[in-house]
Amino acid sequence: MDTLGYMFIFVGMGSFLISAVGLVRMPDVYTRMHVGTKATTMGTLLVLLGAMCIEPTWAMKLILLAIFILLTNPLSSSVIARATHADGKTLKYDELK
Amino acid sequence: MFELLTSLLILSMLITLYRFLKGPTLADRVVAFDVLNIMGVSLLVLLALYYERSLYLDIALVFGLIGFLGSTIFGRYIEKGI
Repeated sequence: MDTLGYMFIFVGMGSFLISAVGLVRMPDVYTRMHVGTKATTMGTLLVLLGAMCIEPTWAMKLILLAIFILLTNPLSSSVIARATHADGKTLKYDELK
Repeated sequence: MFELLTSLLILSMLITLYRFLKGPTLADRVVAFDVLNIMGVSLLVLLALYYERSLYLDIALVFGLIGFLGSTIFGRYIEKGI
């Protein structure tokens, strides 16, 4: 069970690393937000799942933390995207224009 | 094993910190701040596993709450000003 937990945490760390590299490489605020929210949500949930596999007695607190992350992370990203759009930023490569 | 995982996480945080310091606009910095908060929550979970104390999970919950409030307040500041 410990090995499964470590594997989950390792995959979560890979997701975090992909998110960080994408945050540097992407050309635009909106694309950076896209990378920075989805990949980190998945990474955090995988880390919490791995911790739940390693220490099963902490399951209640970890589930609470997972629900909290799952509720607030898209919300804060949506608030930042709305504010950026109201500030007048546009996409750098707009395919629909 | 924990050393390897923690060093991977700290590498990601350093790459994100580069965007936080360099980012051309305020919105870039706020996005990097949000990502740093989420990574800090997982770092606290890893610390709780390393020291085998469940007290760090409460700290992670409060840290996530404060970070969410910070991102939301910065978004409101970008949109409407003070």
